[in-house]
Amino acid sequence: MSRIVLEGISKIFGSKQAEGVDLIKQGKRKAEIAAACGAVVGLCNISFDIVEGEILTLMGLSGSGKSTLLRCMNRLVEPSCGRIAVGDVDVTKLGRKDLLAFRQKTFGMVFQHFALLPNRTILSNVGFGLELKNVPVARRTEAAMQAIELVGLKGWEAKYPHELSGGMQQRAGLARALAADAEVLLMDEAFSALDPLIRRDMQSELRDLQRKLKKTIVFVSHDLDEAVALGGRIVLMKDGEVVQIGQPEEIVARPATEYVARFVEHIDRAAVMRVGQVADRSAAVLAPTLTVAEARIRIAGEGGDAWLVADDESRFVGCLRADRLAAARPEETVASLLGAGSDAVVADARLDAVLARVAAEGCVAVVDPDGRLLGAVGSRDVVRALAAHSAESHATGHDADYPETSILQTTAGAERWTGPSRNFPSTRSATKASTGSPTMALG
Amino acid sequence: MLTTALVAVPPWVFIGLAAFATYRLGGRRIGLLTLCGLLFLWNLRLWQATVETLVLVSLSTVTALVIGIPVGIWFALSRRAWRTFSPILDMMQTLPSFVYLIPALPFFGLGAVSACFATIVFSVPPVIRLTALGIRNVPSELVEASDAFGGSTTQKLFKVQLPLALPTIMAGVNQTMMLALSMVVIAAMIGAGGLGRAVWQSIQRLEAGAGFEAGIGIVILAVILDRSTQALADRARPHGTA
Repeated sequence: MSRIVLEGISKIFGSKQAEGVDLIKQGKRKAEIAAACGAVVGLCNISFDIVEGEILTLMGLSGSGKSTLLRCMNRLVEPSCGRIAVGDVDVTKLGRKDLLAFRQKTFGMVFQHFALLPNRTILSNVGFGLELKNVPVARRTEAAMQAIELVGLKGWEAKYPHELSGGMQQRAGLARALAADAEVLLMDEAFSALDPLIRRDMQSELRDLQRKLKKTIVFVSHDLDEAVALGGRIVLMKDGEVVQIGQPEEIVARPATEYVARFVEHIDRAAVMRVGQVADRSAAVLAPTLTVAEARIRIAGEGGDAWLVADDESRFVGCLRADRLAAARPEETVASLLGAGSDAVVADARLDAVLARVAAEGCVAVVDPDGRLLGAVGSRDVVRALAAHSAESHATGHDADYPETSILQTTAGAERWTGPSRNFPSTRSATKASTGSPTMALG
Repeated sequence: MLTTALVAVPPWVFIGLAAFATYRLGGRRIGLLTLCGLLFLWNLRLWQATVETLVLVSLSTVTALVIGIPVGIWFALSRRAWRTFSPILDMMQTLPSFVYLIPALPFFGLGAVSACFATIVFSVPPVIRLTALGIRNVPSELVEASDAFGGSTTQKLFKVQLPLALPTIMAGVNQTMMLALSMVVIAAMIGAGGLGRAVWQSIQRLEAGAGFEAGIGIVILAVILDRSTQALADRARPHGTA
């Protein structure tokens, strides 16, 4: 029902609507149109689908048109041309009255600065959407209380917004959108005004809520880490155009343009990449039936802390630690040496979720959803994955510029300086707290 | 008629009620001030004049609000109306107040009606201006929230814009009332009664003492009205925004 389809959405600001739309239809870009007739292009021919029940993040720097695009979906901003369909309703064709009714039914919105009415209690604020629908007071209160409980604000419903902290106010804002029981949540930089710690809590809570309630969520953010944390597809925008759409790991692994590559270069790769991408698939695999003597021959010449053990159907059995193998008598079988408690991880787990285990156990087995062994992630694989990007940029770009004494060199030098530390998870939180978002470094 | 009815009420009942009302509205200090001030005016034998002035000011203010608040809302919602009529508001406020007496006379003749008319014209601009300002200053995110949840224009106005603009509107009410009171003496020149006439007569007869008494009466009335409408404005303020 709530699958959203956007087709050729454009938005021209100012008086030169018709000329601007014509130029967009000829395939002209923002800068060309501005030069040709002075029209300001907010959105340029945007088409994509939003799947029902997904959490989609519109990403971009300020001025990229992400908030405008969000507002086009419920027509708070009127698109200059194009079509938006939610389910089988063409939103762009609705009359004023139908549009209001449709907004009441379909869209809940959460705002950057919460937008709670200061003269009303939290309960009354949360019930605001239902009040506009003319829902009777008793039912309104009941639904509002449910939503308040859902976001963990129970006990605060009689307070006024100014008596709550920013994080709690935004919970109330979220509860207001949930109470209206809308199918689609539009969240405009909803967590940007919150402290980094509270922001992270809210992100994970939103993800849990989403899993529970199965709402379609369109989230606008300028913070790439936030987009990654929310865990859905990312729509990357620049100058009113969509540059790339995909899962975070796809965007990081295969940036569509130079701009995207620069955008994602400061990202915490461990949080994005999946163990399946990182795993070493050529790792030696031992059968559980081998004796220790046979096993020693198989792995002769290969270094490592542990070896994978799998049966003939390549089902993962366990990990054999190098020290145990060394200490064992030659006639023992591999199966009898397996330590307990080393489970394999599924290939689509995030890399940062297994870092601690890799550090402790030396190597973690990676299996597909059916339990078939794919490979292993060892400390060397982790370092290789995290270093991959820095290696690329050093090889292709900045080092070559380094000896030259030009104005360009200072910027190149500055980027180089952030290079070595950018991928270390331990420094990530520190830089995030001080700069607000890694995207700021793009300047 | 309203005047005769109010004059018929025994002064001590009236004063008691007024003191109680202001006490409930703004606390002990205003209540006490009302009590002492009105008792003092009664003692000066200015009771009838005080009630007449009160009626003139209240009637003019209420009429000014009935006209001014809807016009203010219209100005707030329509940029074009604001641009067209804003100069007229400026003119209404800057023209010397005596000028309004002239057109009032041929239409309404000498008396309280003309006085009311002139008072209304002179005192309506602040409430229009402040209503428009209050509504325009409602944070755009809140207005957008109403739109986003499918609120109609009327719902938006009555549930978001007016409640949040109320403190500013109340400031306009206060200003309008004060301007109406400042017209009291001038209105007396075209036949309005009350304290204004007492002042105007003593000017003509060079009775400094009587003029001073009536003048003090106007000041007392002004202080009472100002304080109680301010108390009203404070109540309209949303919680926590001091």
